[in-house]
Amino acid sequence: MFNDFAAIDLARFQFAFTVSAHIIFPAFTIGLASFLAVLNALWLWRRDEVYLRLFDYWKTIFAVTFGMGVVSGIVMSYQFGTNWSVFSDRAGPVIGPLMGYEVLSAFFLEAGFLGIMLFGRQRVGERLHMAATAIVAVGTLFSAFWILSANSWMQTPAGYGINELGQFVPEDWWAIIFNPSFPYRLVHMVLAAYLTTAFVVGAVGAWHLLRTPESRGAAIMFSMAMWMALIVTPIQIFAGDAHGLNTLAHQPAKIAAIEGHYESYPEGRVPLILFGLPDDDAGEMRYAVEIPLLGSLILTHDLDTPMQGLDAFPEDERPPSALIFWTFRIMVAVGFAMLGLGLWAAFARWRGRLDTSPWLHRAAVLMGPTGFLAVLCGWITTEVGRQPYTVYGLLRTTDSVAPLQAEAVATSLIAFIVVYFFVFGFGTLYVLRLMSKRPKDRVDIEEIGPTRSSGITPVAASPSAPHATAKE
Amino acid sequence: MVFDLSFIWAGLIAFGVLAYVLLDGFDLGIGILFPFLKDRQERHLAMNTIAPVWDGNETWLVLGGGGLFAVFPLAYAIVMPALYPLIIAMLLGLVFRGVAFEFVHRTARMQGFWEIGFWGGSLVATLAQGMALGALVQGITIEGRAYAGGNWDWFTPFSVLTAVALLVGYALLGATWLILKTEGETLQRAQRFARPLALAFLVAIAAVSLATPFLHPQYLERWFGWPSGLYSAIVPVLLALAVWQLWSGLFHGHPMRPFLATVGIFVISFAGLGVSFYPNLVPPGLTIVEAAAPDASLKFLLVGAVVLIPVILAYTAFSYWVFRGKVKHSDGYH
Ligand code: HDD
Ligand code: HEM
Ligand code: HEM
Repeated sequence: MFNDFAAIDLARFQFAFTVSAHIIFPAFTIGLASFLAVLNALWLWRRDEVYLRLFDYWKTIFAVTFGMGVVSGIVMSYQFGTNWSVFSDRAGPVIGPLMGYEVLSAFFLEAGFLGIMLFGRQRVGERLHMAATAIVAVGTLFSAFWILSANSWMQTPAGYGINELGQFVPEDWWAIIFNPSFPYRLVHMVLAAYLTTAFVVGAVGAWHLLRTPESRGAAIMFSMAMWMALIVTPIQIFAGDAHGLNTLAHQPAKIAAIEGHYESYPEGRVPLILFGLPDDDAGEMRYAVEIPLLGSLILTHDLDTPMQGLDAFPEDERPPSALIFWTFRIMVAVGFAMLGLGLWAAFARWRGRLDTSPWLHRAAVLMGPTGFLAVLCGWITTEVGRQPYTVYGLLRTTDSVAPLQAEAVATSLIAFIVVYFFVFGFGTLYVLRLMSKRPKDRVDIEEIGPTRSSGITPVAASPSAPHATAKE
Repeated sequence: MVFDLSFIWAGLIAFGVLAYVLLDGFDLGIGILFPFLKDRQERHLAMNTIAPVWDGNETWLVLGGGGLFAVFPLAYAIVMPALYPLIIAMLLGLVFRGVAFEFVHRTARMQGFWEIGFWGGSLVATLAQGMALGALVQGITIEGRAYAGGNWDWFTPFSVLTAVALLVGYALLGATWLILKTEGETLQRAQRFARPLALAFLVAIAAVSLATPFLHPQYLERWFGWPSGLYSAIVPVLLALAVWQLWSGLFHGHPMRPFLATVGIFVISFAGLGVSFYPNLVPPGLTIVEAAAPDASLKFLLVGAVVLIPVILAYTAFSYWVFRGKVKHSDGYH
């Protein structure tokens, strides 16, 4: 049933599946860690209990999500060896140390202070607890820094040599870390994580405002989220545009595939294909809906610069357009929808109706998960657009794979799919359940004694009783 | 011998792996002992003793894997495919173990399921690690720069033996950790577990130690040859000392000593493995020097490691200090 050709496809699918599952969690925890640090700071500064309640509310959600992020991440750090061993041998000397720095400077930091952040408020005091919370947030950003540097290097390799064994050898670490696409990718991804979080927080706030309009906690969440939507989305669109220009300079074939241009435009005047059905086999775009000249304006910011289409590249160096044409458009559509919601909320705020606009709230609930959608679509665009290479232009995907039998990969792939859907499915359910609980506005006095410190409830009092927080 | 960066790195990776084995060892040990605890309340108490630290402990595994990728990419590229099913099983086991900390408190109906997941995940991860160790000691078939053995090479009587040894060892670490962190009835139960476990662990170590030298002529020479056998003889002596500490600690009801003594036994056994391995990183044929990344990679990461590992150790110690002392039923970490 499986032949040699299948082993690599299975390995690719397994990598794509496990990393897509993983990125869902960082996309949320990176933003949430910063949000928690802000909430805690507001509590310390204003001494308004509503912030402490909000902190505790999101802290539990953070803990569940973070746990899933950790276990799915550990899988990733071993996948390079299990499925892409030739890639590991060749690119390890460059990529490995970057990921090594991620472990040393980010993962330990996050893990080392997570316990204090979650359980330590009473034990270490407010100040140290605040420090721990901030450190966890910084840790997630360090993590993004290093892993995106590694990934960007695979997209736009720089600062390397190649030795007699065919290994990439580092020559200039500065050039490697700050490779040409890295700054764009880092900014775009961190903003994506913040936006994803903002829209989840906004959706939860809106949901509770719809049901209990008087809830202060919900109103605060919603308001904070809509500020983020208003301010960060335009920056993100701008960053995305800059990212695209950078890609055009370094990976023109990717842009041609994203835009669905199978043919080159030697005279410029490129149209923007809004929609269509890319047909990679025939090498043409079917049913294209085009806007003349706009493609040139967006991509080269003038009308006459020539543009390469996929026909400018040998057939075995072309990324597939069929998928990324669409994933890219979904991402961009989400970006503009986010902008729309931000503007709508700003208008409602200006009219003094932010908390009393049910249609706005319904729209915000609907937009809640779209950050994840955009993140996944963005990554698929980036990674599939890099094909057929793992290290762009230098190491082909077909030459990167481990010497595994298809049966072994197929078995593990099925195991991953079953386990991930099951475990992370329930995890998502639990997160949703936590979100459906109403945020409290005040601290119950008996809950902040020395034994029942805030957010800490005792273990089941008797063997048969379910856990306190499990009742709802 | 030339002063070589790759040896420093071999030492650092070994340190990372050892730290992982010790720290996550007692976490996994708690998971292994889970079904033998009295009731749900006691099980959750046991889980609470590790809830604030397990994530940090597991991160040493990431350092082991990620570090290998960074500084010995060839070893990483050979070992991972060779142990493929074991690595996947370990990762999936760790998934269940890791999410259980949160999930058991998020549901009433499926609480029992995630408790079983915590136990089963710990068990599977431990057995996979033990077998991986055995398979590595046995040796891995290499051709050119890639693994050249079959899908099932890792599955042998010897790797089953090392899996059982690690299972018993982790359980002992878990039991002695409970002695350190709990009181009353739970403490007594942990003490009752510790004694037979200690015996079983010694038997297992003895069996592995006797079998190892006969796997490869090189091991035999290292342990019984002259004069290297002289150095190797120190290992069993130290081991006897640690065992004696463990027994007397258990006998006198000392809170800390059994745990430390078990740690000692692990450290010494680990050193014993080092004696067998050196100068190979992946026996029988891949040496530390051959597997190392170019010096530029080793140097770059070493700078970070020298600065950051002490810092990591410091704040890890701080975190343990914050959560020091006996854990009571009343202060569950959730
Ligand atoms: C932009 C951010 C980002 C991206 C692209 C990735 N990760 Fe990740 N990862 C994180 C951001 C992150 C994080 C925010 O640091 C996490 C997420 C949730 C968490 O627990 O920490 C994390 C956790 C996490 C862990 C567990 C850390 C621990 O023990 O605490 C590992 C081993 C990895 N990741 C490894 C990877 C690998 C090998 C990736 C690439 C294939 C990868 N991550 C992509
Ligand atoms: C976290 C967000 C990420 C997502 C959602 C993602 C998604 C994907 C997808 C869909 C593929 C399959 C492409 C194909 O085969 O057509 C892939 C491949 C791959 N990606 Fe990523 N990726 C992410 C991050 C990374 C990072 C940070 C790295 C490296 C540091 C990386 C390294 C790789 C490698 C080695 C492959 C396999 C070879 C290949 O098929 O190109 N990815 N990824
Ligand atoms: C609407 C304007 C947007 C534009 C013009 C845009 C542009 C781009 C481009 C060109 C890429 C591919 C980079 C490459 O060549 O590899 C990309 C990737 C990506 N996008 Fe967007 N984007 C937009 C909105 C968003 C939004 C709203 C999100 C998420 C909330 C998002 C998340 C991502 C992610 C996660 C990636 C992959 C990582 C990376 O390469 O940075 N994007 N984007």
